[in-house]
Amino acid sequence: MSAIVEQRSILPDRGSLTSRVSDFLWKHPYVLLTILLAPPLLWLGIIYLGSLFALLLQSFFSIDDYSGLINYEFTLATYRQLLNEANFDIIVRTVSMAAIVTLVSAVIAFPIAYYAARYARGKWKVFFYLGVMLPLWSSYLVKIYAWKLILAKEGILTWLLTKLNLLWLLDAWLSLPVIGGNSLSVSYTGTFIVFVYVWMPFMILPIQAALERVPTNLIEASSDLGATPQQTFRHVLFPLALPGIVAGSIFTFSLTLGDYIIPQIIGSSRLFIGQAVYAQQGTAGNIPLAAAFTVVPIVIMGLYLWGARRMGAFDAL
Amino acid sequence: MRSDRSNTAPLGLKMAAAGGLLFLHLPLLLIFLYAFTTEEKSYQFPPPGLTLKWFAVTWDRPDVWQALSLSVRVASISTVIALALGTLCAAAVSQTRFFGRETISLLVILPIALPGIITGIALRSAFSLADIPFSFWTIVLGHATFCIVVVYNNAVARFRRVSGSLMEASMDLGANGFQTFRYIILPNIGTALLAGGMLAFALSFDEVIVTTFTGGQQSTLPIWMLQELIRPRQRPVTNVVAMVVVIVTFLPILAAYYLTRDGDQIAGAGK
Repeated sequence: MSAIVEQRSILPDRGSLTSRVSDFLWKHPYVLLTILLAPPLLWLGIIYLGSLFALLLQSFFSIDDYSGLINYEFTLATYRQLLNEANFDIIVRTVSMAAIVTLVSAVIAFPIAYYAARYARGKWKVFFYLGVMLPLWSSYLVKIYAWKLILAKEGILTWLLTKLNLLWLLDAWLSLPVIGGNSLSVSYTGTFIVFVYVWMPFMILPIQAALERVPTNLIEASSDLGATPQQTFRHVLFPLALPGIVAGSIFTFSLTLGDYIIPQIIGSSRLFIGQAVYAQQGTAGNIPLAAAFTVVPIVIMGLYLWGARRMGAFDAL
Repeated sequence: MRSDRSNTAPLGLKMAAAGGLLFLHLPLLLIFLYAFTTEEKSYQFPPPGLTLKWFAVTWDRPDVWQALSLSVRVASISTVIALALGTLCAAAVSQTRFFGRETISLLVILPIALPGIITGIALRSAFSLADIPFSFWTIVLGHATFCIVVVYNNAVARFRRVSGSLMEASMDLGANGFQTFRYIILPNIGTALLAGGMLAFALSFDEVIVTTFTGGQQSTLPIWMLQELIRPRQRPVTNVVAMVVVIVTFLPILAAYYLTRDGDQIAGAGK
């Protein structure tokens, strides 16, 4: 008994350098925090935010029409150019495409997410998870390439429709104004299908996460109280899944908004925001206008994220 | 009666879910078929014949090997940088509470939340402002920046599960901070870091948008593919490369899944 009483409760200082450093950091948690945070914050702050800031700054400059050089004086003229008919069309076209892609993605993703969240168990759960993860992570360009194979005039889709005697349907669709074109691979319809294909997987996991948090007995209670499955869906399930849908839509919307490769490879010659930025900074050499164009998705996404946050979408991420 | 029904899905739901999954997978399967086609000039379906010839042709193409080697080197170095920075950030955010924590999460996520073209053009104009010539390292700089978030997400999720009392117990038993890190924290977060690293590798290996802005004259494998997509030179070679890329990206994803499946997953799967 007495031996224990004599023992000191604080161990003697062991004196080695590492333990002294360790003790110092333990006593000064803010020093430790600074050491941990400094490298990533410096990297992101200097390389990323620095470049972003420099880009935004350039949107307030203008380009001299005659010399093609950048005029380093503060002006809003470049932003005014965005409202030109041609440029404004590009913005409207891109935003409407992003909105439709998001909507259709949600419709396709919901059943997959719902089944995976509520009915899939054990092996099937894994099957669904990998079934979503593998296409989501597989190569972006290969996915576009696959659709180039499918949508080509001599490709599998035409072959399938010929076999089914439905080729007239495709022709009728392609003869429609705006969404039609010479073939699917040079039409808005083609661009739209590929956008949905490439970005839809990003919608599934957030919806699934939201649905998994819905207690089963809520749905049972709803039907016990006499609701039809449609009513249960509308008044119970859908409102609870909405934050997940909004969270997923952040990805589909943002990714469609900034993409310039898909419409370049599969689509008509009319530009999307991403292509306009690319053309302005590359061949046209008009960095200020390119920078002003990039502000559009940043502002739209800022508003979108603000709205999503109010709807509680971040809890579903 | 009602409770019986809740265990099996309605037929319509089953069909919609199966249809959605088929929509996701059939196009990728098509890639495998086209790698064996004998048709050279078009994307004809069904293929007039099947051959293994294009595998040999692709094997002998030096431009494919160069692009592949550049991609692997860029992805490896970006992954190492992302692992270091992402883990540090995750450790700071999950171990302590401080003012501005939310802002740091936002800052880490921003490079992939904003469209890639913004990151790309911002870096490009910064490089030209600072007179930095395009090189291997400018590509790495861009890739590491958006790979941090993948490692960070995996590490934060794991840190959340490693109970703080484990570390306190280690300290109480006389270990100093470094020993606690080596013997308690690292074994606990190891698999999450490995998974995050693999996903970061896959992300970098596949990246094309930022790379077109930061790459200059060199081609990574995705840039090589992009050029082939815009101006096809030898379609069968592209078919073979596409198939190999699908296989190569599947492996790290499967590995990452098996490394993290016992815990909470990469994104909200499981309860």
